[in-house]
Amino acid sequence: MKPSAFRYALPSTLRDAIDIRARFEDSVILAGGQSLIPTMNFRLANPEVVIDLRKLDELNYVRVADGVVRIGAMARQRVVEQNDEVAAANPLIRETLLNVAHPVIRNRGTVGGSLAHADPSAELPTLLTTMRGAITVCGPSGRRTIAAEDFFEFIFTTAMEPDELLVEAAIPALEPGEGWAFAEFARRHGDYSVAGVAVTLKLGADRRIDRVRLGACGIATTPALLTECERFLTGKSPSPELFAEAGTLARDAVTVSDDSATSKVYRQHVLAGLVARNLTTAMTRTDGA
Amino acid sequence: MSTRQFGARVQRNEDDRLIRGKGRYVDDIPLEGALHGVFARSNVAHAKITRLDVSRAAALPGVLKVYTHEDLGSLDMKMPLLIPHPCITHGRTQYPLARDEVFYVGQAIAFVVAVDRYVAEDAALLIDVEYETLPVEIDLRRAAEPGAPLVHADVPGNIAANLVQESGDVASAFAKADHITSITVHCERSTAAPMECLATAARWDEVSGELTVWDGTQAPIGLRGALASLFDLDEHAVRVIAPDVGGGFGPKIHFPYANEVLVPLAAREFGRPVKWIEDRSENFVHMTHERLQIHDIELAATRDGIVLGLRDRFLHDTGAFIPYGIAVAQVASCQIAGPYRIPNILVEFSCVYTPTVPVTPYRGCGRPQANFAIERAMDQLADELGLDRFEIRRRNFIQPEEFPYTRPNLIFADGLPVTHDSGEYEQALRALMDALDVDAFKADQQAALEQGRYLGLGLSFYVEGTGLGPYEGGHVRVHPITGKVFVNTGLTTQGQGHATVFAQIVSDQLGVAVEDVIVVEGDTGVYDWGVGTFASRAAVVSGSAVHKAAVLARKQLIDAAANMLEANPDDIELSDGRAFVAGSGVDGVTLAEIATASNPLRYAFNKAAERATQFAPAARSDGPPLAEGAHPGIEATDYYAPPHATWAYGVHGAIVEVDPMTYGIKIHRYVCVHDCGNMINPMIVEGQIAGGVAQGMGGAFYEKLEYDEDGALRNASFMDFLIPYATEIPHVEMIHQETPSPLNPLGIKGVGEAGTIPVAQVIASAIEDALRPLEIAPIRKVPLSPSLLHSYVTEAGLRK
Amino acid sequence: MTETTEFEPNALVRINVEVNGRAVSEEVSTRLLLSDFLRHQLRLTGTHVGCEHGVCGACTVHIDGTPARSCLTLAVQVDGCSIRTVEGLANADGSLHPVQQAFKECHALQCGFCTPGFMMAVAGLLDERDDLRTAEDDSIREDIAGNVCRCTGYMNIVSAVRRAAELTNEKG
Repeated sequence: MKPSAFRYALPSTLRDAIDIRARFEDSVILAGGQSLIPTMNFRLANPEVVIDLRKLDELNYVRVADGVVRIGAMARQRVVEQNDEVAAANPLIRETLLNVAHPVIRNRGTVGGSLAHADPSAELPTLLTTMRGAITVCGPSGRRTIAAEDFFEFIFTTAMEPDELLVEAAIPALEPGEGWAFAEFARRHGDYSVAGVAVTLKLGADRRIDRVRLGACGIATTPALLTECERFLTGKSPSPELFAEAGTLARDAVTVSDDSATSKVYRQHVLAGLVARNLTTAMTRTDGA
Repeated sequence: MSTRQFGARVQRNEDDRLIRGKGRYVDDIPLEGALHGVFARSNVAHAKITRLDVSRAAALPGVLKVYTHEDLGSLDMKMPLLIPHPCITHGRTQYPLARDEVFYVGQAIAFVVAVDRYVAEDAALLIDVEYETLPVEIDLRRAAEPGAPLVHADVPGNIAANLVQESGDVASAFAKADHITSITVHCERSTAAPMECLATAARWDEVSGELTVWDGTQAPIGLRGALASLFDLDEHAVRVIAPDVGGGFGPKIHFPYANEVLVPLAAREFGRPVKWIEDRSENFVHMTHERLQIHDIELAATRDGIVLGLRDRFLHDTGAFIPYGIAVAQVASCQIAGPYRIPNILVEFSCVYTPTVPVTPYRGCGRPQANFAIERAMDQLADELGLDRFEIRRRNFIQPEEFPYTRPNLIFADGLPVTHDSGEYEQALRALMDALDVDAFKADQQAALEQGRYLGLGLSFYVEGTGLGPYEGGHVRVHPITGKVFVNTGLTTQGQGHATVFAQIVSDQLGVAVEDVIVVEGDTGVYDWGVGTFASRAAVVSGSAVHKAAVLARKQLIDAAANMLEANPDDIELSDGRAFVAGSGVDGVTLAEIATASNPLRYAFNKAAERATQFAPAARSDGPPLAEGAHPGIEATDYYAPPHATWAYGVHGAIVEVDPMTYGIKIHRYVCVHDCGNMINPMIVEGQIAGGVAQGMGGAFYEKLEYDEDGALRNASFMDFLIPYATEIPHVEMIHQETPSPLNPLGIKGVGEAGTIPVAQVIASAIEDALRPLEIAPIRKVPLSPSLLHSYVTEAGLRK
Repeated sequence: MTETTEFEPNALVRINVEVNGRAVSEEVSTRLLLSDFLRHQLRLTGTHVGCEHGVCGACTVHIDGTPARSCLTLAVQVDGCSIRTVEGLANADGSLHPVQQAFKECHALQCGFCTPGFMMAVAGLLDERDDLRTAEDDSIREDIAGNVCRCTGYMNIVSAVRRAAELTNEKG
């Protein structure tokens, strides 16, 4: 289990990285390496060129300003998780990150790497999607920002062009009084989950649901937005029955079929439960709950 | 007076090295200029090889050679069937490298030797091989049915072996019974997954003509024999060393694996050291597997729940070959009646070939399957007769006064009838009931149910025949310079703490500190009589041999000290590394001095040695320096051959909660009552049990090798084959019972495998109990995934 | 160094690393894994390789003070970094690091293969959490999930984590 030989590129600027990316047909980006190197060790990936972004300090930042958490692609997951400013602006980010693999993996894994990998079972793509975050990419023709909902197109497939690099993830802060929850269920701690659910919940002055965001991982070929549930919930008075109903409604979002370890109906069952449970958790964290 | 070390919680002698990163596992051995081997393996299950072209691979820079079977000369032969048995009518073993046919995914077809592992892997991918695939049947039940595709064209019905054993008169027992219960249970295929995969390194010394092989094996002496035979060498010209070994759990007892043949061969050809370090992905498809059995078990009982007879017919999946004989199936068949009296037993099994990795023992060796069968059946019998699960077991136990309790004609893996030697089964069960407070639990369970929570209690009683023969040896020698004691056995250790427990045994006899006893094992150049580490036998068999050797050495020390101190041997005490006259208040002599003085010397190479030279007063004697029959120094060897296996036992119980939202299981309590006779070191015993329970949890919940219908292994990685982390394993509460074995001088029984055996049943029984209100069908299968539990509940809902 | 550089496949690249406090300058192949670099090039064989896909944690070392999988890191990636392996855990005078002492006292190792990686992960944990002495089992278990031990059943490792925290505290 050793990687095959590759041309190794170590750009010192984003510009250079993009140039190298454009020059070769078969290149991969080495960010934290926590997903890439295993696939190379298994020789499931045998890239011609490995572009190591570790020198790009310009992509290694976390900033909170104007109601947005901006995370540079090379920021380590653990650093973001432990950033109190981030947690204050949007506590869902920390709660989600705590579910990503294990601490030692998060020490190296980057936010950009996880997003670009676009595994629909992964937590960070679901966080971005649920939060209606945005992902900025940069290519030979410059930067562009893609809504997270449009970014993830299929399993391991994004809206990035082959010559583009992911440079930043932007996640809106929660509003004061907005509740949140992320929880997932995996057979083994830290593994990709059977299903995971991210929720934010805001009540209006009338104690009805003013805004709810609901997304899930592990259930489809992309991170899933549970928009029907969101519509169903909006404007209603929260109650255990309502949340249970939302869970039932969420079942239809499961599109992956049975696999050897997990049946579709079971996944639906877990999803429904998580939706209800996480809504309840988020509810308890809303203002005045 | 020194305190007795036997029975003490002594910290381990081996740890200091290991925690400093100074362990020496095979891949850590510095071998200057070593070449690296990589196997190319079949990626189809069963096929004729129509073309095998290694020329591109061989031409890659850095590659020295690519071996195929054609390059093996006299080694191109079938590997031995290690444990022959008359019932093996169609024994098949594999060649080191496949000839014109492959039989499972992972079978080695070529061996690349290159300057490093990276290049060797590059080359392996350049081997061109074409196959004409043959039909396969992976399902064990269907593979044993008429008309199934054959794994070996000349083995009808895929049956390698079939054995029927009857103890008592089963037909009459069933005829007399008030009630018959019958169930079918299914345990899945698994793998031991030791943290260190297999590993072999070899160096062929041109000058001495000696072959040295470092190998992560549990059986260096056996492997030495195999290599000497295969390479046609005198045994003294082959040295096999099992250095530190990163876990074994059974599969490393098997030999010779292809690497154990190819690595020495390449080392000889190139006159350079050669290494092959198995990686995790090939470990899944190369190192032997275990566990897949399907049992159809029936119990014939009176209406009071007394079991009169047992019939068990089971299929054992042996994989594509049967190199280790029927061991796993035979062991399963012999613990099928568990701790119960059951006087009439008929057990029949077939070992079935399937196009999969060959099967040899993995911790438990058939016992987990047998335990699952009998204990599931006992639970069901209790249900059907309206009896309590504890009570039905109590009524059937072999009673203390009935030992030794023999099951005539039920022949165990040592070739002898099953004979339970000692035990207090009912006392153990009571201890568990008390610990779990069963009555209080029933109230808790009811109260929880009213809140929509599902609590359940499960239990499993197991027995384990341990400490099999044929024999082991122990060698003890007092070092004349340092006074430290060197101890050798023919075993290996993969973490069981031999360097500590054998030292404790010796310490008690010779009065030396445990840390001054140095145990060296696993090196045929040091000691080469013995069999190997398997079947929970090290403490029992080698421990007894070491004890006997230490008793002899003690006598030598006392006699020599009495002579030196001009005292009566009966008055000599050994303590703190010295011999002295009891109550004299005088220092006496050190062990080093005694050992030195016991060795007549010509040269005074140090101060102490002066006393042993021929003109020293102490050495004066009228006769020859060594009396007839005497030997120099303090040194003794002895052997222990058990009359038969000694039977350890125990009962585990758990209280679990099923989360109806995820079908995840929370284990609130896990209690283990066990009896392995006298414990040498309770700390190590507990470690063995806790580790065993963890592997049992793996088998109960997670670990299942998933072959698809074409014979590809779908989950050959740690990402997909789920080994439990700390988060998946509960805290285990332990209660010790010590009923000595009457069979050996120390009264010990084995414990290595114990923890693993009952866990699947404990969990199944507990979950069944928890979900009883939902009327799920009885649980008959492990591992139990949440998805599977969900399907059981859904099906129960549909039935209503 | 700020220049962009590119290397041919299998090219040798010089890296400068501090390993267990010692400056090391070595040429490495671009595809060489950090685990292999430490084990085979520097002969620091205490770091073990258990799966080479990041699941078992046996190869855990510290990179710039934080635990990381050396099998999921290329040697070239650690140019300019400081690395600490199990060989660098004990003090210069040979006395044991609290985590080593605790593993021995608590019988938290059997075969010893996973132990170096496990101890490096726990050593990192000790740096991060000061509540471990009194922490619940479950919270410790969550923090050590990520390292596989196949021998001990983890129970004694959980105890060792608590004991290591105690020893660290005693030392001040």
